[in-house]
This record gives sequence, structure tokens and C-alpha cells, in this order.
Amino acid sequence: MTVKLLLNVNGKEVEADIDPRTLLVQFLRENLRLTGTHVGCDTGQCGACTIHLNGQAVKSCNILALQAQGSEVLTIEGLAAANGDMHPMQVAFKECHGLQCGFCTPGMVMSATALLKENPKPSEEQIRAGLDGNMCRCTGYQNIVKAVQTCAARS
Amino acid sequence: MYAFQYHRPGSLKEAAALLGKLGDGKALAGGQTLIATMKLRLAQPSDLVDLGAITELRGIKVEGDALMIGALTRHAEVAASAEVKKRIPALAVLAGGIGDRQVRAVGTLGGSVANNDPAADYPAGVLGLGATVITTQRKIVADDFFDGMYETALKPGELITAISFPLPKRAAYAKFPNPASRFAMIGVFVSQVANGSVRVAVTGAGGGVFRDAALEKALTANFTPEAVTSVKVSASGLSSDMHASAEYRAHLIGVMAKRAVVAALG
Repeated sequence: MTVKLLLNVNGKEVEADIDPRTLLVQFLRENLRLTGTHVGCDTGQCGACTIHLNGQAVKSCNILALQAQGSEVLTIEGLAAANGDMHPMQVAFKECHGLQCGFCTPGMVMSATALLKENPKPSEEQIRAGLDGNMCRCTGYQNIVKAVQTCAARS
Repeated sequence: MYAFQYHRPGSLKEAAALLGKLGDGKALAGGQTLIATMKLRLAQPSDLVDLGAITELRGIKVEGDALMIGALTRHAEVAASAEVKKRIPALAVLAGGIGDRQVRAVGTLGGSVANNDPAADYPAGVLGLGATVITTQRKIVADDFFDGMYETALKPGELITAISFPLPKRAAYAKFPNPASRFAMIGVFVSQVANGSVRVAVTGAGGGVFRDAALEKALTANFTPEAVTSVKVSASGLSSDMHASAEYRAHLIGVMAKRAVVAALG
């Protein structure tokens, strides 16, 4: 059985016939070759697969692609400006060294941008709580929090 | 994940009809438990009936002395709702503490209550407030709804459409989250209605959410943190696992109940 999926991904209309059990992250990575969205734990814990679904941060490994039918999806590839300039959150992560190995970074950046959209001037505690669904095994989170604070202070 | 047939009905009627005739079909709400379970091949439904297109099941409104929340309302929506924060702030706090931000953006009230995970937060709120579960077939009071680990009074094909939460005089929810999963190691929901009677619902402690009669009696007589301290919570029948012993869980019930009473009085 295949089902037709219609999505808007990073501003582009996408249409595909897919097996219903295709996860959203699988569709993004394997069908669209948008491999910036990472699969870390594959159990909905680590948040490396975080994308925006209709503006909300969600874990794309824990949702069927068909559940996103007709939705707008934004991945890390769609965050930078069309001319390639990095998003202010990406700039802040780079400047503050908010990463080491970088595996969690796409998910962190997507969660952090969703957080600031809802709460543009979060406290440190609110940043830590807001990134609760994203795990980083390198940094100890200090510089990630600093990056989000830096980005918030500039906007 | 095993293969399944996928359905996306546009109305509740159509969804109920589909589930009625599909033997091994399952309803898919937010899927924050079901999809993970299917990925591990712990569940193998023949059909999934995705309720995502049924917008009539989403929303929050005040109806008389109750707050009516649609089954497909997301945890994040309940946590952020001005109406919920004003009428039953404890419920907004509970919803805002489920899982993490990404899970709260997708997970639903009806999904959580129908799944009845023994460590889930919402069952404590539903039982602790004495809510009524409204389904495609009938109304079920909370005391008759939860039926032990992952079991409820729902019949095959019966869907939750909304939950009606009566407005309490005061209420609060206190949870000791498991540090890894954020599920409740122990969660205690305390509510007091206008005539002074108190309900205390405990999640995370055993096979499913339950009321603690001794705490309810003590708090109905005297709604203070001291009244909680006077009750010795028994460890008998509570779960012991890698996360906590039954004795530790019994101790946490007292601590969380006390915190909930302090918050409710706050």
C-alpha cells in the first residue's frame, strides 16, 4: 500500500507516494536527501531529529510522514537565508562554540529557534527547560545556553 | 515497524465506523507513544486510523461549571491556554510538565488518557479532578474509567471525544519526574471542591492511577501540609523496579502530596 503525501518543505511543495510506515525523518533524509536532520536515538528521546511542523518544534523520528499531510515543514537546511547567510541562531552557536561534535546541533538549533519565537527573552532556566527534549553528549550545555542567550540579546 | 493499512477519516463518525469494522485497527492521535511502540514492534495493528484531520476534536471551552477539552487538544495547547490557566491552573501546570517541548507539541489529552500508561500525568489530573470522559458512545466518570495498567473502560471502536473537568475550589499537581524519561516516578494530583471534600490521585506508583483514601480523609478534615504528614503511606502493592523501591515510592507519595497541598494553598 502506498499513500500520496503532499507537504511544503522549506518553502517548496513536495509530492510523493509513500509506504504509510515511513517516518517523517526517513522521508526527509531518504526521499528528499535532506540529511541535515539527524537520527540520534531513534526512540524519541534525544531530539537530534527536531524540525518545525507548522512552526512548532517536533521530533521527526516519532511521527509518520503521513501525520504531517498538508503541513509546512522547516528543516535545518531551510533556516539560512536564500543567499546562504546563516540564521542568527546558527551564527550564535558558531560564535559561542555551542557544539563540539555537532551531531545534536541541527536539533538544538531548531528547538532553540522555536523557543525564541514563543518567548523572545527567556531566562536561563527557561532556556534549559525549553531545550529539555534535546540531548548533547559533548558540551555540558553551557555554551549552548550561552548561544541562545546571545541570539536572544541581539534580536 | 510492521506494515499496516492507513486511513485518514475526515469526521468522527467515519473514524468510529472504520474502527468498528477493522478488527485489529488502532486509532492514531498524536502517536507519541503508539509510533514509538510500533517502531519497537511491540504493537502490530493491521490498520491505523489517523484522527489528525478531525478538527472537531480539538479545542478548549467553558461549559457551565466545567472545562471541556477536546480529545485531540495538544499538551502544549492546554499548558498555554489562558482559559485553563484561569480556571484550573493545576491542569496547565500538569500539561506543561509532560515529556518535553517537542512531545507536548504533538501528544494529545485523549491519546494519553486512552493509553493509561501507569506513569502518565493526565490520568492523575482526570481522576484527581473527578472528570468525566465523553466518548462516541457514552459518558464515563473517572472513577469507572481507569482499569489498571494500560487498561480502560473503553470498548473496541469507542473513541474519547472530550473530557469535562469540573472546576475545583483549589487544586495542584506535584510530580517527581524520572530523570531520564520525565514520566512520573510519582505524581500526586490534589483537588478540593466547594464543600471541602478532597480527591487525591496518585500516578507512577503501581499498575495504574489510583486514589489514596487515607490522604483524602485527612485532607478533607484539614486541608494543610501537616494533615499529609500525619498519614503513613503504605508501600503495600506499590511497584518496585530499577528506578525506585516500593518503600521509596510510598515516601514520595507523601512528599508530593505535601508539595501539592502547599501549591494549592499558595
